[in-house]
Amino acid sequence: MNDSTALSELNHEQSSPVVAGEPQVQRLRDHVIEIISDSGEGAQKCGQSFASIAAKSGHGIWTVEIIPAEIEPPARSIEGASGNRIRVGSFDVANGGDEADLVVALNEQVLLGRVRAGALKTGCIILLETKWRHHQDPSIVAAYTSTHDKLVADGYRVYEIPMEQVCLQHTSTPQRGKNMFVLGMLNRLYGQDLKLAREQVAFTFRSKSADIVDRNYKLLEAGYDWVGDNLDLRFEIPSAKREQAQIVVSGNTSLALGIMASGMEICAMYPITPATSASHYLSEMFESVGGLVHQAEDEIAACAFAIGASYAGKCAVTITSGPGMALKQELIGLATMAEIPLVIVNVQRGGPSTGLPTKVEQGDLLQAIFGTHGDAPRVVLAAATIEDCFYLPITARKIAEAFNLPVVLLTDANLATAQQPFARPRLRKDWFAAPVDQSAIPEGEAPYDWDRTTGLHRRFTPGQPGGMHTLTGLAHDRKSRVAYDPATNEEGLRHRSLKLAAFQKTLTLPEVYGDVDGDLLVIGWGSTKGVIEEAVEQLRAEGQAVASLHLTYLQPMASGIGDIMKHYRQVMTVEMNWGDRVDDELIDMENRRYSSLAWLLRARYLVDVDCWTEVQGQPLKPRSVARAIRNKLTRG
Amino acid sequence: MFDPIKVLSPSVSDLDDEAYSLDDFEGVDSRWCHRCGNNAILTAVQKLCAEEQLAPEKTVFVSGIGCSSRLPHYMGTYGFHALHGRALPVAEGIKIRRPDLHVFVTTGDGDCCSIGAGHWLHAIRYNMNMTVLLHDNQIYGLTKKQVSPTSPRGLVSNTSPHGAHLEPLNPLAATLGMSNISFVAHAVDWVPSVLCDIIKQAFHHRGLAFVCIMQRCPNYLPDHFEEYIKDPERMVLLTHAQGLQVEDAVAKRFKHREEHDPRDIDRARELANNRERVPLGILYRNPDVLCYEDVRAGVEHMSVSDKISALEREFDKFTVQPAS
Repeated sequence: MNDSTALSELNHEQSSPVVAGEPQVQRLRDHVIEIISDSGEGAQKCGQSFASIAAKSGHGIWTVEIIPAEIEPPARSIEGASGNRIRVGSFDVANGGDEADLVVALNEQVLLGRVRAGALKTGCIILLETKWRHHQDPSIVAAYTSTHDKLVADGYRVYEIPMEQVCLQHTSTPQRGKNMFVLGMLNRLYGQDLKLAREQVAFTFRSKSADIVDRNYKLLEAGYDWVGDNLDLRFEIPSAKREQAQIVVSGNTSLALGIMASGMEICAMYPITPATSASHYLSEMFESVGGLVHQAEDEIAACAFAIGASYAGKCAVTITSGPGMALKQELIGLATMAEIPLVIVNVQRGGPSTGLPTKVEQGDLLQAIFGTHGDAPRVVLAAATIEDCFYLPITARKIAEAFNLPVVLLTDANLATAQQPFARPRLRKDWFAAPVDQSAIPEGEAPYDWDRTTGLHRRFTPGQPGGMHTLTGLAHDRKSRVAYDPATNEEGLRHRSLKLAAFQKTLTLPEVYGDVDGDLLVIGWGSTKGVIEEAVEQLRAEGQAVASLHLTYLQPMASGIGDIMKHYRQVMTVEMNWGDRVDDELIDMENRRYSSLAWLLRARYLVDVDCWTEVQGQPLKPRSVARAIRNKLTRG
Repeated sequence: MFDPIKVLSPSVSDLDDEAYSLDDFEGVDSRWCHRCGNNAILTAVQKLCAEEQLAPEKTVFVSGIGCSSRLPHYMGTYGFHALHGRALPVAEGIKIRRPDLHVFVTTGDGDCCSIGAGHWLHAIRYNMNMTVLLHDNQIYGLTKKQVSPTSPRGLVSNTSPHGAHLEPLNPLAATLGMSNISFVAHAVDWVPSVLCDIIKQAFHHRGLAFVCIMQRCPNYLPDHFEEYIKDPERMVLLTHAQGLQVEDAVAKRFKHREEHDPRDIDRARELANNRERVPLGILYRNPDVLCYEDVRAGVEHMSVSDKISALEREFDKFTVQPAS
C-alpha cells in the first residue's frame, strides 16, 4: 500500500472551501465509528452510506448493525439504540474491531446504552446532538446535562453539535434529514471525497423526486461545511486504489445470492431471527431466476417440503436458526437414511431455547453434526466471511447432490447483518444444477446399489421409468425394501458412513496463518476468523510464536490437522460457545465441559486441546482474543 | 359419468396391450393383518391406477408412519414412506417441484389428526392438487392399541384403561371448518363400490381431495364398526347428480339416503357434525378454489444463461466500482 499516494489524492480531490488554519490531520490505520439514534432516524442508512463511500475509495470496511430488541422502542430510551458500527481501515478489514473510537449520537440516552454495553473506547470522541440542552421539558434537559457532564468527567471527548438547528435551514423535517447531515460531517472528518458522497446520496434516493435528492445534497453539504467551519478534528485513513469491482452486501444477502447461483430452486423456510432476512431477499428475487421461497406452516414442514422437492427434483434448501434447526433434526435423519440431497442453512444465534434471538453465538456445531437420533452422518461446513456466505451454498449443493446426503451450512448473527466488500463473483454455468434426470433405469439396477468402497449410489427420481421403489426412513435393503435383519441394517449404516469418508478424501488442508511451528496454535471456525487472525498478528508483532488455523469443514475434517497440531507446544480453540472456566471452583479435568470444536479435536486427535470462549452475544474483539492468547502463553 | 360396476369388475381385456394392468401397481406383498380394512383401500387405489392408466413412474404415494402408511410399499409406483405426521408437507414439496406427477397421500388418524394435525390444516389451505386418504381406524395399531384422537369417548385401550376421557375429534367437521377447502368425502372400507367411486372422484378433483375412510382394525378393535355395518340407522348415503351415484343393489343396503348437493357447504357441515348418523358420500366439492401451485411461479424452463443474466443484474445493484 502506498500511503503517501493515497493521501495526496485525497487532498487533491477536496474541493470544498477550506477554513483558515485547517486543523492537523491525524493519520490512522483504522477507526471504529458508530452512528446511533432512536429507531427511524436513519442512522442505519447514514452508516451504510458512509461505509459504501469508504469502500469505493478503496478502504477496507466491516459494518455491523446495531438493532434494538423491540420493533419500536420508546424514543430516547437506553435500550433503544439503533444504528450502525463501521470499521474503516487501510487494509482488508475482516472483523468489527474493538470498542468504538468515534460515536455520533442523536440523543444522550441511546449513547448511554452504548456506553453501558461497553461499546466505547476509553476517551472515545463523541459528537452529540445538543438540542436536548434547550428542550422545553426540564426533565429532558436535566437528563441531557447530567449525562453529558458524566461522560466528560469520565474522560470522553464530547463535542456538542447543534445538528437539528443547522438542518432546519434546509428542511422542515430535520428528524428525517439529519442522517445526511451526519454523513456530510463524517465525510469531512475522514477527508472523504464529497463527490463520492453526492453519488451515494443520489443512489440512496434514486427512486425519490429531484426535490428530495436536492434537499439531501444540501443537508450533506451543510454537515460537511459545518465540520469545516467549527471542528478541529480531521482523520485520514490511507486507502489503496482498487482495480476490481466489489460487491457490498450483508452476509444474509450474500447467502441468498449464493443460493440463487447454486442452482437450487426451492427454499422452504419459517420465519426466525436472524435467518429471516436472507429469505426476505430471496422471496423478492428468487422467482426472477426461476426459483421460489415457500413459507411453510412451521420449521418441520419447511424441512419436509424441501425434502419432498429434493426427492422429486433438484436439491432444495431450508434456512433457519438454532431453534428451527432443532425442530428439523428428525427430518434431517430421514434425509440421511433415505439419502436425499438437502441443504440446511443455520444462521446461528444465542441459545439454548429462545436464548438471544438477535445476537451471535456459535452454539450449534454439535447439533449440526450429531443432532438427531441414531447414526446420521452428514457434512457440516461453516462460513467465515461474507464472501463464504456466497460461495458455500454453491459448494453445499454440489456435495449434497454428489453424495446424496444432507449438508449443513453454518453462519451466524454476526455474518448475517455485517457487510464486508468482496470481489464481484464471475458466475459460472457449472454452478447451476443439471436438469432433473428422467432417463429410464436399466433393468436390474436397484435404488440403493451402494458402491462397496465409497457407499455412493445413483439416486432414482420420480418420472424415471423402471426406477419405481418406495423410499423409506426404515432400515432398508438395496431395493429399498423394509428390512429388519441384522446384516442389512449394518450394511446401510456402513455405506452411509463410508460416503463421508469418500467425501473427506476430497478435502484439502486449510493453510496455517502465521508460523508453521511455535508455542501456540489457535483453532477457530465460522465468523471469528478475521478476529482470530488479527489477534494472532498482534501477538506475532509482539514477538510471540503463535499461529492460527481456521476450519471450513467441521464434519468431516480434512486429513493432516493432527499433524499440524504436533508442531505447536499448545493448542487452543477460540469460540463463541460455552466452555467451562477452569478457574471455577468445581471445574476440574474430569468434569470440564469443553467448547464444541475443542470436544471434537480432543476426541479425534487425542491432543490436550484447551479452549477459550466468550458467550456474550457480541462478536469477539481482537483485543480480547489477543489477551486470551497472551494469558494462555503465560499460564501454559 | 363414472360407472361403479366397471370399477367392481374392471375388464383388463378392455385395455390396450401396451397398457398398465393391475399387476403393474403391485409392490411387495401386503403385511397387514388378515381382514384389515387397509387391504380394501389398497385394492381401491390399485384399481384406480389401472382404470386411469396412470404411468407408475409418474405416480407417487406419500405416507407418514402407522399401519396406513405402509401402503406405498405395496404399490408398484414411486413411494415415499416419510416420518410420523409429515406426509403432507413432503407431498407438497413433491407437487410444487413436479406438477406433472400424480400425488397421493395415505395417512392414519394418529398420523394426520394428532402428530401431523398442524400440517393437515395447512395442507387443506394450500389446496394443492393431490388425493389424501385418511385411514381412520380410531386406534393406534402399529404401536399396539393406544387411544387415538378419533377414538370414541370411553374406548378402552392400553393408554385409556378406564375408557377414553374425551369426545373424539371429528375429521370431517374439522376439515369442513377450514377455509379454502375444496373436496371432502367420507367412505367406509366395507362398501368397496362406494369407496372406489369416491376415490375416483377425488382423483379427478382439481385441488386437495380429502377422503376420510372408516377402516376396520380386526386385531385391536374387532367389532368396533359393527354398529355401522349392521345398524341401518347409523349411516346416511349421500347421492347426487354432482356427487355419488350408486347402483340399486348397493343403495338398498342403506335405509337412509339423502340427495345432497356437494356445493351446499352448510348442509355438508350439518351432515358432518351428526355423529348419530354418519354420512357416506361426497360432502363437499368446489373445483374453483385456488390451488397453491397455480399462484406460485413454476421452477421449470429457465435456461442457465437466463438465470445468469438475471443474477448479473442483481449483482449490478450491489456493485461498488473503484472510484475513478
